[in-house]
Amino acid sequence: MNTFATLLLRDLAQFLPGARRGNTLLPLLFFLAVAMLYPFAVGPNPNLLAATGGGVIWVAALLAAILPLDRLLAPDLENGFFDQWALRGVAEEVVVAVRLIAHWLSFGPFLMLAALPASALLGIDGETLRTVELGLLAGTPGLAAIGLIIASVTVGLKGGGAALSGLLVIPLAVPVLIFGAGSLALGGEGGIALTGAISLVLVAITPFAGGAAIRAAREG
Amino acid sequence: MKAPRLAARDLACRRGERLLFRALSLELAGGQALHVTGSNGVGKSSLIRILAGLLRPYAGEVEREGSTALLDQTLALDEHLPLGAALSFWSKLDGALADADLARLGLANLLDVPVRYLSTGQRKRAALARLLGQRAQVWLLDEPLNGLDRDAVAMVEALVAEHVAGGGIALIASHQPITLPGLQVLHLHDFAPPEEAL
Repeated sequence: MNTFATLLLRDLAQFLPGARRGNTLLPLLFFLAVAMLYPFAVGPNPNLLAATGGGVIWVAALLAAILPLDRLLAPDLENGFFDQWALRGVAEEVVVAVRLIAHWLSFGPFLMLAALPASALLGIDGETLRTVELGLLAGTPGLAAIGLIIASVTVGLKGGGAALSGLLVIPLAVPVLIFGAGSLALGGEGGIALTGAISLVLVAITPFAGGAAIRAAREG
Repeated sequence: MKAPRLAARDLACRRGERLLFRALSLELAGGQALHVTGSNGVGKSSLIRILAGLLRPYAGEVEREGSTALLDQTLALDEHLPLGAALSFWSKLDGALADADLARLGLANLLDVPVRYLSTGQRKRAALARLLGQRAQVWLLDEPLNGLDRDAVAMVEALVAEHVAGGGIALIASHQPITLPGLQVLHLHDFAPPEEAL
């Protein structure tokens, strides 16, 4: 089996929801909890819920993407995995690229599934739901990429790294949110296309940014 | 297979504001073993990481030929997995680990035990299994005897002796005595900067 597949299988076994004693389910449950709590907080006015529900789904998706960040890279650096990969000539860029795929697979498709019950809770109609789902498909790879870049930059910090990475992700994710959630208001494909473009750029730079950050952390 | 070689010229290592050692040169060819001694904090682990290419030296250069394996305080095995599954991740990258090696390390009965339940000595032996599976020509061992009982220490010494006899290089950083035929010794204290330089 080649290196890429071996790494990907290990990552998926760690990050897919339900793996590794269940805390991988937290982002998904958190996302559903926000969708459930929102109608309680603003009241059961269907017009208000339908008008704001898509935006709430986007905010919930962004915050849910932050939850797994402290587990993404730090345990492997502390346990010496990156040292061992380096000695075997496995580039950090390859490890980060594989991890990006695994990280996205572990929350992107599942958030899109969870958006179905969430849209029912928020009273979103079918047309809006379609825009939300397409937007999430275009935007979640970008959220995964931002999360992984931030996780790699904060990987050398002992303690407090988790909270800091959450704070750092939020401003960087604003463009994805603006275009992703903005596509709801415009009802058009333009916003989704822009979200997809941002995601592609982020996904393309993540292996290199992440690899460089991990090498720098190892020197520390 | 090409003969391995490990050489360092005029190495210096700085951690933070402190110069740990300087003007350190060494040269090892296949079939040679070197024991790096020194008290805690003298820079043994840093030297190992520099030689492994994981840390940039403050000055000097390292030349390394041949595949390299590192054994240090980190285990690099997934804690939540049974030992056998955790080791099999590396054997997929390195090639299969021989059953005889596992039996020799006393791990054959522990393959179903999750890594986090292993004792200190068992964890060290699990790390040795990962090292053996790699079949590397250059072994860099950082405190390989920590936490091992007397029988296991003798077993590690035998493993290193076989590795060296088979044309490999071993560099062992340890504050404990090691018995090996033809073992060279490097006292890292000899390369510490004079007190006034601090």
